[in-house]
Amino acid sequence: MRITQGQFSFLPDLTDEEIRAQVDYALSRGWALSVEWTDDPHPRNCYWNMWGIPMFQIKDGVAVLFEVNACRKANSEVYIKVNAFDNTRGVESMVMSFLVQRPTNEPGFGLQRTEEPGRTIRYTTFSYSNQRPAGQRYS
Amino acid sequence: MNAPDTVSVTPPTEINLHQILQDAEIEPVIKQLESELIGLAPVKARIREIAAFLVVSRARAAMGLEASSPSLHMCFTGNPGTGKTTVALRMAEILHRLGYVRKGHVVSVTRDDLVGQYIGHTAPKTKEILKKAMGGVLFIDEAYYLYRPENERDYGQEAIEILLQVMENHRDDLVVILAGYKDRMDTFFQSNPGMSSRIAHHIDFPDYSETELTQIAGKMVGGMNYNLDADAEKAMQEYIHLRKQQPHFANARSIRNALDRARLRQANRIFKLAMEGSATVTAQELSTISADDLRASRVFTGGLASDKK
Repeated sequence: MRITQGQFSFLPDLTDEEIRAQVDYALSRGWALSVEWTDDPHPRNCYWNMWGIPMFQIKDGVAVLFEVNACRKANSEVYIKVNAFDNTRGVESMVMSFLVQRPTNEPGFGLQRTEEPGRTIRYTTFSYSNQRPAGQRYS
Repeated sequence: MNAPDTVSVTPPTEINLHQILQDAEIEPVIKQLESELIGLAPVKARIREIAAFLVVSRARAAMGLEASSPSLHMCFTGNPGTGKTTVALRMAEILHRLGYVRKGHVVSVTRDDLVGQYIGHTAPKTKEILKKAMGGVLFIDEAYYLYRPENERDYGQEAIEILLQVMENHRDDLVVILAGYKDRMDTFFQSNPGMSSRIAHHIDFPDYSETELTQIAGKMVGGMNYNLDADAEKAMQEYIHLRKQQPHFANARSIRNALDRARLRQANRIFKLAMEGSATVTAQELSTISADDLRASRVFTGGLASDKK
């Protein structure tokens, strides 16, 4: 199951050229770019691993691509995303976020129903890959 | 079956070089370089050559003759104050206009910005700088400091290796310009042959002659909206002649410093006049540096006491 998180996730995966164009747009707005990766793609997991510190003061999108490629080389079978942070006072939040790599095999999510008293049912989603320990989920 | 690599559009058989020159608006930059910088004839000639080469290789690329982009890393050698940084800024502009760097900004660094203080600190630090410079020009001043042969555990070597790798693999993304004194850069290249072979253009900056320095002084004074009276001009010439023989002479930079101090003395002189009762000053008085302002310099009495033998 193809995971759809962040921008452009219903489109075919972005090529390096397209990633650079997006990054150049973010830079033109003065946003700080960062690269993050994870092997736990649960939609509520907001704590991805940082790949280096956010990049301030860069002028060209190639620098971000340089880090994305370094991250891909180190972690070939994980999810990688690029974030753009707008530090304008009053905004101060992530304004862009898109996946730039996904593992070759994505098992997807299951739906679990828990019966509660009074015919109540509670639902929860779980990732099939998370049933294995971290580091072995997609290898 | 492999898809054919070539595009079906046939390359043009002739190209208007003049058009490329005009599109890139390169001529004004070169003209500005020639008019604003005094002397430096060999440097200007080399820059013209490089610009011509870039225009031609762009035309070749348009015709499908050029296989790979030319290596543009450069090395500027020369004594302090001979205009290396200024020329690097202009070079970045030329490269930007011809489309060899995308953004055309210059990141100016020295050893401290590249080399870390402990194990594992150097690589991220160097990469950080390289990322900042991507799309532009990385100007490494006093580049020979990167390599310290007397300390074999020096982290400079690590910075050099990362630099070499990026210079080779990201040739389209950034241009590296090294700068430093001639003799020390020569030793640096001898101990790092890989670096020397990756730098296509070695440009040597000659020292300025006394006449050129006088011209530079005139230009600087004009740029600051001051002027030298006739006596002061003579004093300036004598100053340059004496200063050249004293230690720590830094060409144009020494002239700039001398002028800055002359401005201080001039301000002081006018201030004293005001204290003594003359309430009004004319624009003429405010912008004239007199011979006395220059002659008060220590250079005329034999330089700094600590440098006297």
